[in-house]
Amino acid sequence: MANKNIITSKDVHIYYGDFEAIKGVSIDFPEHEITALIGPSGCGKSTYLRTLDRMNDLVPGARTTGAIKLDGEDIYAPTTDVVQLRKRVGMVFQQPNPFPFSIYDNVVYGLRLAGVRDRATLDAACERSLQQAAIWDEVKDKLHDSALGLSGGQQQRVVMARVLAVQPEVILLDEPTSALDPISSTQIENTLLELRDQYTIIIVTHNMHQASRISDRTAFFLQGDIVEVGPTKQIFMNPQHKETEDYISGRFG
Amino acid sequence: MEEDKIRAAMLRKSRAARIEQRGRAISFACIALIVLVVVAIFYFVASKGLATFYQNKVNLWDFLSKTSWSPSTTGPHGKPEVGALPMIIGSFGVTFLAAIVATPFAIGAALFMTEIATKWGAKILQPVIDLLVGIPSVVYGFIGLSVVVPAIRNVFGGTGFGILAGTFVLFIMILPTVTSMTVDAIHAVPSYYRSASAALGATRWQTTSRVVLRAAVPGILTGIVFGMARAFGEALAVQMVIGNAAMLPKDLISPASTLTSVLTSGIGNTVMGSLENNALWSLALILLLMSLAFNLVIRWIGKRGALK
Repeated sequence: MANKNIITSKDVHIYYGDFEAIKGVSIDFPEHEITALIGPSGCGKSTYLRTLDRMNDLVPGARTTGAIKLDGEDIYAPTTDVVQLRKRVGMVFQQPNPFPFSIYDNVVYGLRLAGVRDRATLDAACERSLQQAAIWDEVKDKLHDSALGLSGGQQQRVVMARVLAVQPEVILLDEPTSALDPISSTQIENTLLELRDQYTIIIVTHNMHQASRISDRTAFFLQGDIVEVGPTKQIFMNPQHKETEDYISGRFG
Repeated sequence: MEEDKIRAAMLRKSRAARIEQRGRAISFACIALIVLVVVAIFYFVASKGLATFYQNKVNLWDFLSKTSWSPSTTGPHGKPEVGALPMIIGSFGVTFLAAIVATPFAIGAALFMTEIATKWGAKILQPVIDLLVGIPSVVYGFIGLSVVVPAIRNVFGGTGFGILAGTFVLFIMILPTVTSMTVDAIHAVPSYYRSASAALGATRWQTTSRVVLRAAVPGILTGIVFGMARAFGEALAVQMVIGNAAMLPKDLISPASTLTSVLTSGIGNTVMGSLENNALWSLALILLLMSLAFNLVIRWIGKRGALK
């Protein structure tokens, strides 16, 4: 039995000024699954991902139409609290972007925003999140050192811990491993697989092997539109469209 | 024969190498000249300033801690009195007070320009601030003399001259410096910190106060110290409003003096080599050492900021 859809989107268009970056995308995301968004550079997959927590709001001139619903609530409705939305839908960016603070201050940042002051609560959340992000053992003795002193892969996992600390329902990842070496990438992938039971994960990736390794479902974007979406196995073994087949077999892209 | 030619060509310096060498020599000569000038200034000021202690046998501790300044007349102990404490306190007083008052205004103005009204800030406020930096200090002093001093006299009584007037004039003078360096520091905060903070559910103010300002702290501190260095060394404007009484200031609205104000008003009226003259050089030495200290602090902050 398929899980219920936590995010649904219908006929989403995104414009940057006059340019239509996303041309009517409809796709649903089932709970507790990893969905991979793949496609060539400039196809709009990152742009689409950023509409799901309304990060495009920060881009001047960006405009979104269509219906995107989180648990049945329209996230673009005028009454939506964007701050609240972003607590439910976390995001990990391409470049590891820890703040220039200590590891501890980074991880508990979101909780402090929400007004949590109790030291014991913060300590517990910090440990839990770092463990979930599989980096606790590496940093437990230097929680109060600057996060910028860590390697890129470690930084990215601290950033994941920072997102996990606020216990979002959905985690968006925008090419989280493209700036990392293969070993760090594998560690991040393993972490994502372990998180799948508790979170819904949507990941944009350039790396088709990564998509096939970790995702349950895959959506193939091309020029601002979805060509094909379905179970990852089906997309990779038995694509229905020629463009999908060409892309995953490396004939263009 | 042919081999010898090639050998000679290989051993001769190429044109490019010679030009390179000449360029290096010229730049070295330039930097050597600058270093020489700085060393000469230090040597000159130090030799004059230290003469107070070696030739005129003034006790260094007395110089720094005594409060009576009258190098031209003989005091009750049969020796001229050269206690520089009133000037030292005056200088540090106006400097720190001006910095304390200017900092919140500078941070507020910088945040307005960078985070709130970006377009307006870049188009109108930045040129205004650059203009303020360029206004000659005598103009600030004159405005202080004709506006600030009477205002203080009306509100608090007294003559109106004093540390408060000095603080006010210096506050206006260093505000543009501190603001523009704070703006630079905030601009230098990478935008991905802002995105990361927003994505975690931070409001704009939370992002600004918890991430942007915090990441900009080393740059802002550098700006404040720059402003303090300027305030500490400012002579003319301060001299015009502080009252120039070499006494320990008992409050902020009674006439006082700073190292610079005593120097500028006194240096032309003394004879080279006399105690009065040497004592003024000692004040200059303090100023020089302080500006050195400010420089070191700025470097230290810069280094700590870079490490993070």
